[in-house]
Amino acid sequence: MIPELGHFALVMAFALALVQAVVPMVGAARNNPSMMAVARPAAQGQFFFIIFAYGCLTWAFITSDFSLQLAASNSHSDTPLMYKITGVWGNHEGSLLLWSLSLSLWTVAVTVFSRHLPEAFMARVIGVLGWVSLGFIAFMLVTSNPFDRLLPGAPEGRDLNPLLQDPGMIIHPPLLYMGYVGFSVAFAFAIAALLTGRLDAAWARWSRPWTTVAWVFLTAGIAVGSAWAYYELGWGGWWFWDPVENASFMPWLLGTALIHSLAVTEKRGAFRSWTVLLAIGAFSLSLLGTFLVRSGVITSVHAFATDPARGMFILALLVVVIGVSLLLYAWRAPKLTGGGSFGLVSRETTLLGNNVLFAVVSASVLMGTLYPLFLDALNLGKISVGPPYFEAVFVPLMTPVVVLMMFGPFLRWKDDDFGAAVRKLAPAAVASVVSGFGIALAIDHVTWRTVLGLTLAAWVVLASLQLLAGRLRERAGASVSSRLSMIPAAWWGMWLAHFGIGIFIIGVTMVGSIDSNLDLRMKDGDQTEFAGYTVRFRGVVDAPGPNYDASRATLEVSRDGKPIATLQPEKRVYRAMGMPMTEAALDIGVFRDVYVSLGEQLPEGDWIVSLHHKPFISWIWAGCIFMVLGGILAAADRRYRRLAERTAAAGALQQAT
Amino acid sequence: MKAKFLVPLALFLLLVGFLGFGLSLNPREVPSPLIDKPAPAFTLARLDQPAQTFALDEMRGQVWLLNVWASWCVACRQEHPVLVELARRGIVPIVGLNYKEVRGDGGLDARGMALDAETGLAIERARGWLRAHGDPYQLSVLDIDGRVGIDFGVYGVPETFLIDREGRIRYKHIGPVTPDNLQNVLIPKIEELKRAS
Repeated sequence: MIPELGHFALVMAFALALVQAVVPMVGAARNNPSMMAVARPAAQGQFFFIIFAYGCLTWAFITSDFSLQLAASNSHSDTPLMYKITGVWGNHEGSLLLWSLSLSLWTVAVTVFSRHLPEAFMARVIGVLGWVSLGFIAFMLVTSNPFDRLLPGAPEGRDLNPLLQDPGMIIHPPLLYMGYVGFSVAFAFAIAALLTGRLDAAWARWSRPWTTVAWVFLTAGIAVGSAWAYYELGWGGWWFWDPVENASFMPWLLGTALIHSLAVTEKRGAFRSWTVLLAIGAFSLSLLGTFLVRSGVITSVHAFATDPARGMFILALLVVVIGVSLLLYAWRAPKLTGGGSFGLVSRETTLLGNNVLFAVVSASVLMGTLYPLFLDALNLGKISVGPPYFEAVFVPLMTPVVVLMMFGPFLRWKDDDFGAAVRKLAPAAVASVVSGFGIALAIDHVTWRTVLGLTLAAWVVLASLQLLAGRLRERAGASVSSRLSMIPAAWWGMWLAHFGIGIFIIGVTMVGSIDSNLDLRMKDGDQTEFAGYTVRFRGVVDAPGPNYDASRATLEVSRDGKPIATLQPEKRVYRAMGMPMTEAALDIGVFRDVYVSLGEQLPEGDWIVSLHHKPFISWIWAGCIFMVLGGILAAADRRYRRLAERTAAAGALQQAT
Repeated sequence: MKAKFLVPLALFLLLVGFLGFGLSLNPREVPSPLIDKPAPAFTLARLDQPAQTFALDEMRGQVWLLNVWASWCVACRQEHPVLVELARRGIVPIVGLNYKEVRGDGGLDARGMALDAETGLAIERARGWLRAHGDPYQLSVLDIDGRVGIDFGVYGVPETFLIDREGRIRYKHIGPVTPDNLQNVLIPKIEELKRAS
């Protein structure tokens, strides 16, 4: 009964999405306030029904109702409660429902936090979001109904894929989806602006915090996913350039460009058609990512993983959403001329340069991801594109991005003096190259890649410090604390996120240069020297879990006779699927991780043990945390709230008079 | 409308063309060099009685289907009801080739697993799957390491081979068999082969 209620709620949500998509748009076109006023209640009602449907599905998982197809395939009565709840989105249908839920959440957030927007503009924004939601709910109802029954019910479920039974997977998909879907708000603002022809600084100011928040979610989601891959897959790698990862990385790249482009549009009124195109592009890539992951168009070369009907449906959805918006762009964008002019040496130039580079990088990643498909379609054979391609493209394109990134904040808007800027930054640049070489020599790993990485990282860190110092020198005379508090949150956000890139590059470079690993066979009492540590194997015991059986090894790690850590990697077999899993154990440190995973047991009773030493890998996540914090600060800047209050006050005044 | 503003749309439509192409046409139409050639001989353990084997020659004199399947294969679940219905109508015997049941499962790490442990796991999983979804097969055989699959040029699972009385492969269907494929392609070909002698 509960699943039927959920299905019914989904149908109701569809009906309300239809209302939300049509009525406010027509109202805005005819300037009919009562029709425009439908936008908010329709969106909020839709949210209610989707969250209700989501609750019903979760209920079926929690109560182990295996007469529901989805629960029978993705849950088990012994699965821990937490993974019953997360199992809801560990599959195609449930993750679509999560997608819709997060879209609905964003829409409701827009209805609540954007009260100061002109009513007609608001109606169009909500209407556009309604169209997107309509498409996704229809997708579920037509091809991927999460509430399909399995009659007669299965006595026991097949359990959630053990790879997904991990704390990282509890937060990764919701964060990622909030990020993906969050770009729909920037998209809706862009489309509404194209429809009204009102692409001005106000539009950019309205979109900016939304875009930044979506970017924050996406950044955090990708980082968590990458950390999950690092410790859960048991190979010690953190980024694999596989199509699913690329699917989330492409919108991130364009989203990053969009944030910066919006800044220029707000401050200087320039780049308007470019900003609109980026807003459409970032969301299009989110949709395309969904398509790539969900249609199986990439993996289908090896196994027909998914139903082709689903692929066709998403493709049709892509054509409608992206095609219509690009058509609208082609029609309206030519009118967007003008904006502030700027000189060759100016902050605008650096931002434009980086935006173009970001767009090129995402196009290259897209190309690499789809290249096997292109070749296959053109009958030129079947190949796969691996990390070497992506690294060969990514490193040279991102190098100028990082260089320009630190140049920009030192330049003035509109026009600046090239010589003065170079003189200002020359010491930092020289110091970066010197420290890049110096550190590479110190770690005894002088390759062009290591030197480049370290130089760039030093450049970011040094130029950031110089930027901060320069900012503090303004208003000389005031106390340091008052000078610090004068700096707006948005500036801190920018500074922190850029600084985070430097930290991130240090992590990537060091892991890529001097990590080491060793696979060896060990039995109880064996010890080995590895990367300056002594590792002693203390045998393997059985350690059954709630829904798996495990062999747990104990390894003692010490250095110079001092114990450092006791690590207990496990080899698990999940009972329902009979699926073996490696559970690595880590000793996490600021400057290195020691990572141990347990391999197979050999016939003689020895075990294969895999040891990894990962220098500075935590810096990768730390860099991401800085970027996320930076984004949060930027979105929380007071001027957005002040603007909201001012408009609300003005509205109240108008009503009073 | 200036032309340069149409560029993004044009690029997008080109991309859609490729995606549509990739989605619909190509994985399903791989020409097989084996058509009209004798089917590669094999002798494999039976799923229902692993102690006994089944050889290709045992089907000589019959027109039959060899269906490649595995419990990890999502598209097999899609075609399965079609096969169950076909078996119920008794038009043609179907032999199942259970292909790489354990090591084909991308989520599963079978390296280093002992062969008998792998076989045991494969039998358990495959039987469970047939219990859950119905068993259209006259019998299924276990291709644990996928060698027979390689001999047949298996490219993706599921695949279905139509084999004639002389043991020659007459038709190969890649991907899930749909009711439409069955009605308009497979059954006419089967009838034709049955009439032929």
